[in-house]
Amino acid sequence: MISVENVSFHYTEGGEVLHDVSLKIENGEFVAIMGENGAGKTTLVKMFNGLLKPTAGKVLVDGVNTTQKSVAQLSRDVGLIFQNPDHQLFAETVSEELSFSLRNFGFGSDVIERRVASLTHALDLDRYLSSSPFVLSGGERKRVALAAVLVWDPKHVVMDEPTIGQDYLQKDRLRQFIVQLVSQGKTVVIVTHDVEFVAECKPRVVLLSRGKVIGDGPAANILTDSSLVEKASLVMPQISSLMKSLEDISPPAGLIDAYSARDFLTPRLRGIAGAQRVLQSR
Amino acid sequence: MALRVLRGYCKVGENELSLKFVEGFKFTKIDSPIHRLDPRSKFILTLGFFSVALMFTNIYALLVTFIIQIPAVLLARSVSRWLRSMRGGLFLGFFIFIMNVIFGTPIASSLAFTTRFFAIMSAFSFFFMTTSADDLGLALEEIHVPYSISFTFTTAVRLVPTMAIDAQTVVDAQRSRGLELDKGNFLKRIRNYIPILIPLIISAIRRSVELAEALESRAFGATEKRTSIVSLRMRGADYLVILATAAGLALATYVYLYVQLPTLAIPFEMPRLF
Repeated sequence: MISVENVSFHYTEGGEVLHDVSLKIENGEFVAIMGENGAGKTTLVKMFNGLLKPTAGKVLVDGVNTTQKSVAQLSRDVGLIFQNPDHQLFAETVSEELSFSLRNFGFGSDVIERRVASLTHALDLDRYLSSSPFVLSGGERKRVALAAVLVWDPKHVVMDEPTIGQDYLQKDRLRQFIVQLVSQGKTVVIVTHDVEFVAECKPRVVLLSRGKVIGDGPAANILTDSSLVEKASLVMPQISSLMKSLEDISPPAGLIDAYSARDFLTPRLRGIAGAQRVLQSR
Repeated sequence: MALRVLRGYCKVGENELSLKFVEGFKFTKIDSPIHRLDPRSKFILTLGFFSVALMFTNIYALLVTFIIQIPAVLLARSVSRWLRSMRGGLFLGFFIFIMNVIFGTPIASSLAFTTRFFAIMSAFSFFFMTTSADDLGLALEEIHVPYSISFTFTTAVRLVPTMAIDAQTVVDAQRSRGLELDKGNFLKRIRNYIPILIPLIISAIRRSVELAEALESRAFGATEKRTSIVSLRMRGADYLVILATAAGLALATYVYLYVQLPTLAIPFEMPRLF
């Protein structure tokens, strides 16, 4: 469990970035941390693996205060994937890039080989194993950066803006991959502005604004609360806006994703001429 | 010892690898007599310090060149940032000293070369702390440096803090992958910096390519003759600084040619390794 208790933080120069933030993330939970630019999202997750230490309050990872352990020790359990893959890729080949952290953590060569093969397969990177990461496209580099962290199988996975630079297909794959990680019992925390992605994934949403938690709950509740969403400089998911305009047919509250919207709308459209033809053609 | 200094240089603390010494080369807008000076007069003053530092190999003369800059830094109200840059230079200073000693330079001369490094570093830190990139660009244009060159130079100056932020992020990213910079023997510790340097160089190259494309897309260099809304004007204080620099240079040259300076006597020498 990741437990943030009354955490405040300010950089050496500048004002307070986090103010009295408290939240608990259970093992195996899927959480999206959202909020406006400069809300303190990245600062908060950098505390999970000890890169930053709170100036007040404490962060406990599985009961251990992050001030008591080094970043390397904490990273063994908390895998943090940075927003920009170019900030971490350096090796000559994708294979070496993935082996780097495993070597740092002292894994044997047979384990390294097995894990690299398994991760590159899971993230559709097999064909790039001997390619330089620098010749890959932005989206592919992002997947290499993701694989380079997941390869050591951390208990808690934290992703900073994982959807940036990904096309729709890759985003959907990422969503499925996250669901898979959560089903394996991993804690997944994503930092994102991507409302539509969150609406499709439906995790617990922690909304930050100006360094404070202003909302915490299921995505369906948080992302449909117009005042909260506005406060965090976000917009409601498109499906929520559509459902709001269809109030006459009483859509259920908290309907935020396309799949639920399809299930709700399909039977109601059956009786409408024209729509019947469209539905039949599918 | 070398690594302790290196760690101090990069300040790999519990929280972060701090590259705050870059602050010592970053312009901050402050209302001070030095900040108000014309960039050309400040550049001449800096060149004066630089020339004197190069002229002498005597440690006392070099110490004076270093110390004489302190009033100017005080007048610029930038002491803490200047000190930060000096602390940042400790690793290189130590490296210069050690390499000289290893290759057989007498200890007194090695100390003098290290002092020279700090005198030069201090002069440029003083210049960049008190001169904005815009003023610097204007000054270069006024002395007829082609715009493409002055622009490249000022852009490089502007990008230093950005590069420092990038470096910090790269270090954070690699530490999150289990990299421990201070682990292993001396060579291993040097090698530990490869995963930091490569992403930094690659992202700098990517950034420069993107910047060049963005500039060309915005018609950079489309016209030969550029005009400027702001033009630089030398004032009394600027002429005074230039005069003082010329007088200082003349005095330094006289001392160099005609005055026998005392030398630092160190009773022992390191055995020559190479």
